[in-house]
Amino acid sequence: MTVLLEVRNLQKHFPVRGGLLRRIVAHVRAVDGVSFTLESGRTLGLVGESGCGKSTLGRAILQLQRPTGGEVVLEGTELTTLGPRRLLEMRREMQIIFQDPFASLSPRRTVAQTIREPLDVHGIGSASERDGKVEELLQVVGMRPQVMDRYPHEFSGGQRQRIGIARALALNPKLIVADEPVSALDVSVRAQVLNLIAKLQREHGIAFLFISHDLSVVEHVSDHVGVMYLGKLVEMAPAKEIYRDPRHPYTQALLSAVPSTSAARR
Amino acid sequence: MSGEPLLSVRDLVVEFSTERGVVRAVDRVSFDVHPNETVGLVGESGCGKTVTGLSILGLIPSPPGRIAAGSIRFQGRELVGLPESEFRRIRGQDIAMIFQEPMTALNPVFTVGNQMIDVLRRYRGLTRRQARGAAIELLAKVGIPAPEARIDEYPHQLSGGMRQRVVIAMALSCDPKLIVADEPTTALDVTTQAQVLEQMVILQREFHMAMILVTHDLGVVAETCHRAIVMYCGRIAEKAEIGPLFEHPRHPYTVGLLESIPRVGEHEKEDLAVIPGMVPDLLHLPPGCRFADRCRRRQPRCDEALPELDGREDDRSRVACYFPAEPPT
Ligand SMILES: Nc1ncnc2c1ncn2[C@@H]1O[C@H](COP(=O)(O)OP(=O)(O)OP(=O)(O)O)[C@@H](O)[C@H]1O
Ligand SMILES: Nc1ncnc2c1ncn2[C@@H]1O[C@H](COP(=O)(O)OP(=O)(O)OP(=O)(O)O)[C@@H](O)[C@H]1O
Ligand code: SF4
Ligand SMILES: [Mg+2]
Ligand SMILES: [Mg+2]
Repeated sequence: MTVLLEVRNLQKHFPVRGGLLRRIVAHVRAVDGVSFTLESGRTLGLVGESGCGKSTLGRAILQLQRPTGGEVVLEGTELTTLGPRRLLEMRREMQIIFQDPFASLSPRRTVAQTIREPLDVHGIGSASERDGKVEELLQVVGMRPQVMDRYPHEFSGGQRQRIGIARALALNPKLIVADEPVSALDVSVRAQVLNLIAKLQREHGIAFLFISHDLSVVEHVSDHVGVMYLGKLVEMAPAKEIYRDPRHPYTQALLSAVPSTSAARR
Repeated sequence: MSGEPLLSVRDLVVEFSTERGVVRAVDRVSFDVHPNETVGLVGESGCGKTVTGLSILGLIPSPPGRIAAGSIRFQGRELVGLPESEFRRIRGQDIAMIFQEPMTALNPVFTVGNQMIDVLRRYRGLTRRQARGAAIELLAKVGIPAPEARIDEYPHQLSGGMRQRVVIAMALSCDPKLIVADEPTTALDVTTQAQVLEQMVILQREFHMAMILVTHDLGVVAETCHRAIVMYCGRIAEKAEIGPLFEHPRHPYTVGLLESIPRVGEHEKEDLAVIPGMVPDLLHLPPGCRFADRCRRRQPRCDEALPELDGREDDRSRVACYFPAEPPT
């Protein structure tokens, strides 16, 4: 397997302002020296407490927020020093599925326009090919083509989440950062989407950084699992092992807090 | 359950007019919620859970939406048709909603503190200083670290899970009698989720609060709810007490739902069980059972007419299916 992504000592700090003059009084070290590699066609699951830096790490890797320090190498290209034009080119290969679908979809764009946008930006295919692609992508996320001309507010939370997934898949990228991509989906639709992700991964070799607080989902989709705590990766192991033999106390706490349907059977 | 219900929804119908026609998002839904009770609301994405919740708070955007029929009684008082000014009072003090997407409930240009202090002053009549103290206390209760510093941050400076907890804290701040919590913990890791749910249960006991908990997480339903309502395509498919529902689901959709849950500790990178097919388009509904296309138990009768819930409202278990799985006797 070839290494697709290499993250070296990545850092992202945010200033904390205080006092009347709103001076910078400290920094939040949201991502504080994270390193890992990801091979094509593989999934790294990322778990950790709310606020530990998972979304920030995802955004910093994709340069949606410029890192404070460290390096991100995608297919041999170092991203943190790239200028805007080269970065736009690289964006074809890396997409994100946002945690809050409502905030990430433009209210004035129809579903078709939203999913088409990356194809338009990168000038891929003819107009009719793009339309065909949109239809295909909707199918893939379990939605009917009739919804194409509708606006985000006309959809339920889970439907919006699927629109975000279809959009991320449009360019057939090499890397997808999926930030809680299935949190708003019921278990059956979620299973469909997860199976789909596995299929795309097999067929196109897409690599995923899969952020989720749902440990059963992470276990199911991931080859490796990384556990983040206060901006750092505190444990990283093959998915099977981490569940069988969690080392870090925080990982152990996470695993013991999973709610279970068997409670109802008590 | 005995005694008067706190909330009583009967034959609720909610429609949206769209360019392509009228969409009936909720179709003759009935249920009761009693004081102190937590009722889970689960079902396929797009089946009408959020719309049901919004109806209770008079928040259906109109146009394009409207409550086309039915009644919603809260403490005996009819809410359908109530003027907005009355609803505003109810929303502050009696019924609160925790929204599915936290950014829809937060104003990006004000700090968390300003938004909370506003609510606390308005509904609890506190001074600014008292309200600030109360807000910090609430943030601590939902597990926000360093609440005295976080209170002065703007929503975009918080992580997804922190925003969700701020919204929960705001909903709890006016001691409502009923909380409609729409996916309140989806953005939270399991340890934080456990903490927040526990806090909600404590407050619920303390204030005799009732809760409608909309969630996809059947584990959360099993651990926190007394009863659950399973919806499919705008209709109630099944409702039952938690134990029987998980042990002997009766509606084929509920059966499929329970089979689709991935479980921790069974690592298999192979396909998960799914319910094959898709929900029907709300604009082109079949005359018979809406689940028929995907159902293993389907028979000719299922396609003739829509199955209604059997039994009566105060029965412990009701199902809308001609050939449900029968619990062992
Ligand atoms: N403003 C609107 N205009 C048209 N249709 C709408 C509107 N709001 C909701 N709907 C439709 O009503 C149906 C029910 O939506 P609702 O948001 O209640 O689903 P939900 O059960 O909460 O789903 P999820 O689990 O995905 O959040 C959906 O099919 C949706 O497309
Ligand atoms: N734009 C910003 N300005 C200031 N602080 C920020 C900003 N974005 C994130 N932070 C802070 O960085 C930390 C990490 O946030 P992040 O969103 O990465 O967490 P997360 O692990 O994704 O959490 P969750 O599971 O709740 O989504 C938090 O303390 C957050 O408040
Ligand atoms: S009524 Fe028939 S088709 Fe519908 S769920 Fe029951 S058995 Fe299946
Ligand atoms: Mg996040
Ligand atoms: Mg919803």
